[in-house]
Amino acid sequence: MSVRRLAEPAVQPATFAFAGEMVGEAQRWIAKYPEGRQQSAVIPLLMLAQEQEGWVTKAAIEHVAGMLDMPLIRVLEVATFYTQFQLKPVGRQAHIQVCGTTPCMIMGAEKLMDVCRSKIHHDQFHPNAEGTLSWEEVECLGACVNAPMVMIFKDTYEDLTPERLAEIIDAFETGKGDTVIPGPQTARSVSAPIGGLTSLTEEKAVLKATRDREAREAAMADAGEAASVPPSKSAKPKTDAPETNPAIKTPSPEKASQNGEKAASVGAPVHSAAAANKAAEAVEKVEKQRSGRAPHDEPVTAFKAPETRQGAARAKAQVARPSLGDRNRPAGIEKPAVVDDLKLISGVGPKIEGILHSLGIYTFAQVAAWKTAEREWVDGYLNFKGRIERDDWVKQAKALAKGGVAEYIRVFGKKPV
Amino acid sequence: MLQDKDRIFTNIYGLFDRSLKGAMARGQWDGTKAIIDKGRDWIINEMKASGLRGRGGAGFPTGLKWSFMPKQSDGRPSYLVVNADESEPGTCKDRDILRHDPHTLVEGCLVAGFAMGAVAAYIYVRGEFIREREALQRAIDEAYDARLIGKDNINGYDFDIYVHHGAGAYICGEETALLESLEGKKGQPRLKPPFPANMGLYGCPTTVNNVESIAVAPTILRRGAAWFSSIGRPNNVGTKLFMLVGHVNTPCTVEEAMGITFRELVEKHGGGIRGGWDNLLAVIPGGASCPVVKAEDIIDCPMDFDGLRERKSSFGTAAVIVMDKSTDIVKAIARLSYFFKHESCGQCTPCREGTGWMWRVMERLVRGEAQKREIDMLLDVTKQIEGHTICALGDAAAWPIQGLIRNFRPEIERRIDEFTRNAHRAEPVLVAAE
Repeated sequence: MSVRRLAEPAVQPATFAFAGEMVGEAQRWIAKYPEGRQQSAVIPLLMLAQEQEGWVTKAAIEHVAGMLDMPLIRVLEVATFYTQFQLKPVGRQAHIQVCGTTPCMIMGAEKLMDVCRSKIHHDQFHPNAEGTLSWEEVECLGACVNAPMVMIFKDTYEDLTPERLAEIIDAFETGKGDTVIPGPQTARSVSAPIGGLTSLTEEKAVLKATRDREAREAAMADAGEAASVPPSKSAKPKTDAPETNPAIKTPSPEKASQNGEKAASVGAPVHSAAAANKAAEAVEKVEKQRSGRAPHDEPVTAFKAPETRQGAARAKAQVARPSLGDRNRPAGIEKPAVVDDLKLISGVGPKIEGILHSLGIYTFAQVAAWKTAEREWVDGYLNFKGRIERDDWVKQAKALAKGGVAEYIRVFGKKPV
Repeated sequence: MLQDKDRIFTNIYGLFDRSLKGAMARGQWDGTKAIIDKGRDWIINEMKASGLRGRGGAGFPTGLKWSFMPKQSDGRPSYLVVNADESEPGTCKDRDILRHDPHTLVEGCLVAGFAMGAVAAYIYVRGEFIREREALQRAIDEAYDARLIGKDNINGYDFDIYVHHGAGAYICGEETALLESLEGKKGQPRLKPPFPANMGLYGCPTTVNNVESIAVAPTILRRGAAWFSSIGRPNNVGTKLFMLVGHVNTPCTVEEAMGITFRELVEKHGGGIRGGWDNLLAVIPGGASCPVVKAEDIIDCPMDFDGLRERKSSFGTAAVIVMDKSTDIVKAIARLSYFFKHESCGQCTPCREGTGWMWRVMERLVRGEAQKREIDMLLDVTKQIEGHTICALGDAAAWPIQGLIRNFRPEIERRIDEFTRNAHRAEPVLVAAE
């Protein structure tokens, strides 16, 4: 809220009456509202009074109250509530309203106010010595894309620099305010971007005639296409080879027996996920597993019937695990007094460590001594798909056996995990 | 990017013919009678189906709002009131509609007025828009002369359109304050209920709509709800006038599709951020009452109601105030606090006293002349103002400060530290409450 009071009695004129065309204008405003609702015209009438006198005088408020048959206090309320009404005399030649709200402030409105302070008066609402000019800081005037801006009487002057504002003030002071063209004070046109239009560049595109023509053409094109264009073959495989030899007569006159066909067909190869996941030799030379998960035969989310005991047993048997009696099995030892923490080897977790213990593997030295065949056996036993080689357990175990964690860090440049 | 043929405001820069003839050549007033002949229910259903949300800031579905109007008159006339009291700092879209493309609004008034059974429309233009008011009046006079509106017009629905104006009060943008002002009183918001659809202007059923909401209606009805709702994201459909304000290379008003990202909007129409993207500090995305958003949060944000709500801000009127790193962000928000203090109508105590209190604290925070605990105290006071007033001005005053504290607390604390270091040089300043 702002505190607003009427001007000193000394400056108040004794009487007020609408003059000239303002009389008719006032009547036109009153006629806009329904019968008995003339009070609605109070703001427009006070504005007309301000236009005529330059500011809203006490006499004008009383006159408007009489015209609209309103209690004086109601008109006083309105006059003091709305900040556009000047309750004290302002500059005769120009009253400069500088927009000071944030959008204008960040674009330099404060510099404009400095210009007003130096050229007009240090204080707002305070006419200069000659009484020709005054200024005020107002809240957002609604021309924010053209910030910073000022309003003088009915017109806005936008995209201002302090220098340009000084020129405009000079023009108004000398009574040549009408020589200044309102609107943006740069090369820009209204609220369009300064560098050139980014939309609505030519009227042709938005004319109704253009739109109608396009709609007509589209409709015609639609109708035409439907009649003449055959169905698309784009989704059909392109092949020139005849699908069957025309010489062959179908169906064959020979009677084929089901049993005979069954005997002739070869059983499909057994599906193996590991084999399917192998890179083709032609591609990668080395026959190895691709990294990443083995492909599933079916989506993980697919419904599976609960596994019966029989089924589970069969599944177990199918895994081709190397037998414990194999000669390539690395030799185990009895559990020694000091067991190495095999988990320090990258790739060995608590579960794998348990399995290794069950094989009689307890120390780094044992792992370090594994030969290729033994490594392959362990790899197969753990169903590890070559991970022992990839992680190079032997080298890790050698380092750990030699100097523990310190040696591991020296060799691999990082802590064992 | 939206193409020219999908733009509703075809003359927003006023570069083409602004007269009725020119507007008709661009497709306005085309088949208005056919639309009216389809009846009230068809229009309201089509507006609901189009998904148009009010363009004044709150985003209430326009079709739904129209449907609140009584179907059968109880003897009282109904009114359509168009809110052209565009005062939200950063917003200047209605100004361009009024001065360059007024026939969209005039035609919209007729169609909307018919849909809600109104006898007349009052267009409340803010007092400072004097030239805009003159342009609008010219367009209305042209429409009367061509018998498009008025008694016994060629569209078959008797309807009058009057222009009214205010005198510089932000609060009159609130719908009930606007009605009070239109009745010739101080613009102090009314308690709701009763809602304007029951007791509005002169105690009669009234609907208050933003200029843009009304002005887009005829084009939506002509081209179909499906066309309008195909633009943008679900629940945030259509085209919208965006205003690029502040530190972009080419500030402008432009109509774009809802949901365009901030980056695209600025690159296409704003000519980039002044000093490059690294120079962006913060953005106020929807006019003064929306909380400020930090640069990294907004750059790829879709500019629509839901996109900005996720960023703890609000779409408001799509007035995008861009601030680069040269901005004193605390001062920028303090200036907004002054704005709200200046524009509070003085009716509810939390707002009348609170806005001034918040502004005085903000002024001290700009200088750093405060205790750090006062930041939390300020935040606490904003929460006490928010939601405890008749209208949303209390909320609007609280949100920018909450946004500032949420995003720029370290900057406020840095100032306090700096001030404290140099405290021996400062003189205590006592600020009296006004």
